[in-house]
Amino acid sequence: MFAIEANGQTIEAQPGETILQSLKRGGINVPTICHMEGLLPSGTCRMCVVEVEGFGGLVPSCSYPVAEGMKIRTNTPVVMQTRKTIIDLLLSNHPDDCLYCARNGNCDLAKLAADNGIRERSYQGERSHRPKDLSSPSIIRDPDKCILCGKCIRMCDEIQGVSAIDFIQRGSKAYVGTAFNQGLNVSSCINCGQCILVCPTAALSEHKYVNEVLQALADPEKMVVVQHAPAVSVTIAEEFGFDPGTDFDGKMVAALRRAGFDRVFDTSFAADLTIMEEGSELVHRVQNGGPLPMFTSCSPGWVKFVEEFYPEFLPNVSTCKSPQQMMGAVIKSFFAQKENLDPKKIISVSIMPCTAKKFECNRPEMGRDFVADVDYVLTTRELAELFRITGVDPAAIEPETADTPFGERSSAGKLFGASGGVMEAALRSAVFLLTGAEMKDYKIQALRGMEGSKELRVQVGDLEVGAAVVSSLGQARKLMEELKAGRSDLHFIEVMTCPGGCINGGGQPIGADKAAIKARMAALYQIDSADQLRVSHKNESVHRLYKEFLGKPLGHKSHELLHTHYDKREVLL
Amino acid sequence: MPTVKSVETILLDHPDAGRDHLIPILQEIQESEGFLSQESITKVGQALAMPSSKIFGVATFFNMFRFQAKGKYHVMVCRGTACHVKGSGRSLDMVTKALKVQPGETTRDKMFSLEVVACMGACGLAPVVNINGQFYAKVSPMKLQRIIEECREKEQVHANA
Repeated sequence: MFAIEANGQTIEAQPGETILQSLKRGGINVPTICHMEGLLPSGTCRMCVVEVEGFGGLVPSCSYPVAEGMKIRTNTPVVMQTRKTIIDLLLSNHPDDCLYCARNGNCDLAKLAADNGIRERSYQGERSHRPKDLSSPSIIRDPDKCILCGKCIRMCDEIQGVSAIDFIQRGSKAYVGTAFNQGLNVSSCINCGQCILVCPTAALSEHKYVNEVLQALADPEKMVVVQHAPAVSVTIAEEFGFDPGTDFDGKMVAALRRAGFDRVFDTSFAADLTIMEEGSELVHRVQNGGPLPMFTSCSPGWVKFVEEFYPEFLPNVSTCKSPQQMMGAVIKSFFAQKENLDPKKIISVSIMPCTAKKFECNRPEMGRDFVADVDYVLTTRELAELFRITGVDPAAIEPETADTPFGERSSAGKLFGASGGVMEAALRSAVFLLTGAEMKDYKIQALRGMEGSKELRVQVGDLEVGAAVVSSLGQARKLMEELKAGRSDLHFIEVMTCPGGCINGGGQPIGADKAAIKARMAALYQIDSADQLRVSHKNESVHRLYKEFLGKPLGHKSHELLHTHYDKREVLL
Repeated sequence: MPTVKSVETILLDHPDAGRDHLIPILQEIQESEGFLSQESITKVGQALAMPSSKIFGVATFFNMFRFQAKGKYHVMVCRGTACHVKGSGRSLDMVTKALKVQPGETTRDKMFSLEVVACMGACGLAPVVNINGQFYAKVSPMKLQRIIEECREKEQVHANA
């Protein structure tokens, strides 16, 4: 620790940190654009420049190491004018369609302009007119709104290890694009949507299906059924001004009914179903010699990642569909039968924290007889939009519970929303399935938390199970390389595409920092610790479904409805 | 005529290549194949453990790389200082309209490809256009249009013969 002087006051600085980090701790706010917490600085946007006494020019605080005795000024006329000029130039060729923009009211660039007092146009630059990329079912790219900060590229490369996009061309012609300018749908993009979360403008946004859903709701011929994912209830409140970690489970269910959905189901029920199927599959694989380790298949971004980058590991991926698709499949089969409805008359909507789910529900194998199991996927953000359009205020209404026959869920199913949650839920049931005894304490601390990679060795009966949990595909890639190099002590690996799991999914409210994500995670574990039913294998509704319809886990009907297959995917890597 | 080397041979010439070898490798491929195809970029990506988006990003940074095969007539329009002053910009406008391609592209019938160069070292003849190695001096839009039409007529004669 040493002292530096900033704007006349003395603040503490630590050796090895950047000027920006010291200033932030000292309570001095410096605007940034390209800066990303936890990644090496790129120093490209120059928004964070400060004056340092004795230095010739302005210094980018995000990438310059702090040194003892530095005298820093962050609000001199030169610094403030420089910031203004940078923003002025960014705005000079920006389309003036804020009123119609997907990020209206939630735009980092607009906020930056407002915060720095820019209220008129100083420069009129030549607009770029590149076509929007509407090819992907998950993500829309609008290059005209891009300010070339490069955060999406770094997210895709450094965190996710996919690198579907990069800067193409140079200078004033530069833009962010895929290899050979192909559409995102045929690129190596895995649809995770993390790029949307870091984009300061609407250059990247989700492919919206709100209008399609509203149309279905207005159609008296159709029965519109909705399911909501475990991670949505703990984040939707943020869209309505509540603190991160506020749980809106019952309120959201009530609000969905008010918005006009005929039935509201909880995807956590299907998560319990997934545990039964996946757990049985794991036991089957262990008893019949593999292939091991088995990977989870709940995260559609991860599944596409394996299909593209590690096709040799496809036999290791669990054949179970994701909870969303399992729920979709039973809705259009068992539920349709029960209600005496033609599956074609049912519109199945799912509310997900995820943009890749939009891609997943479009996969041709996810349906039967040209009827898709899930018709539309809305993200948490789109759900908030739907509530606003339909004039439903979830904050103001009394909580309700989800509908039968898929209303009951265990809190283990709810844990699917956080990294480590699937593993924890699976182990709770695996211990019971293999030994016949319940765990003494359901809480498995080693699997909880925000770390990208967690491992656990646990004795289940005679077998020592090696379990690994990774979130973010960059972490997954590391583990895959270890496995390729011959590592063989693992049995079961949970992979979630987004860092921290679905609570930080690409469809979640924008602008969440690490503390917000931790609060969302804590909310899920809070729900679990307070719940009566904490294990999937005790979910009576799941048992009933097996008894009345599916038969037994891994049975014939299960295979037909709840399991799938994967193929190598040819894309430009 | 440069010898035609396959991408594999070129990559074999660069054993243990890292990303610092990328540009020389791309140059050699372009020299051998005339352009950078998706296939060759994928192969380079596998060899250097680089994503193809990054390679495409690097390659598009430089004007020298093209991504479509050259046409039968490769038209190079000089936009160097001397040619610019003498009005080569108008000739370029004309030829992009006449061929309906942008610089770096090839017509769909694979007859013409267009390239913009910064200087061909013949400033005394400005504005200069070069087609398949042959220099055309003091090229006005009208003159360039005639040259292109001549090329087309030649092809017509070939086709009828």
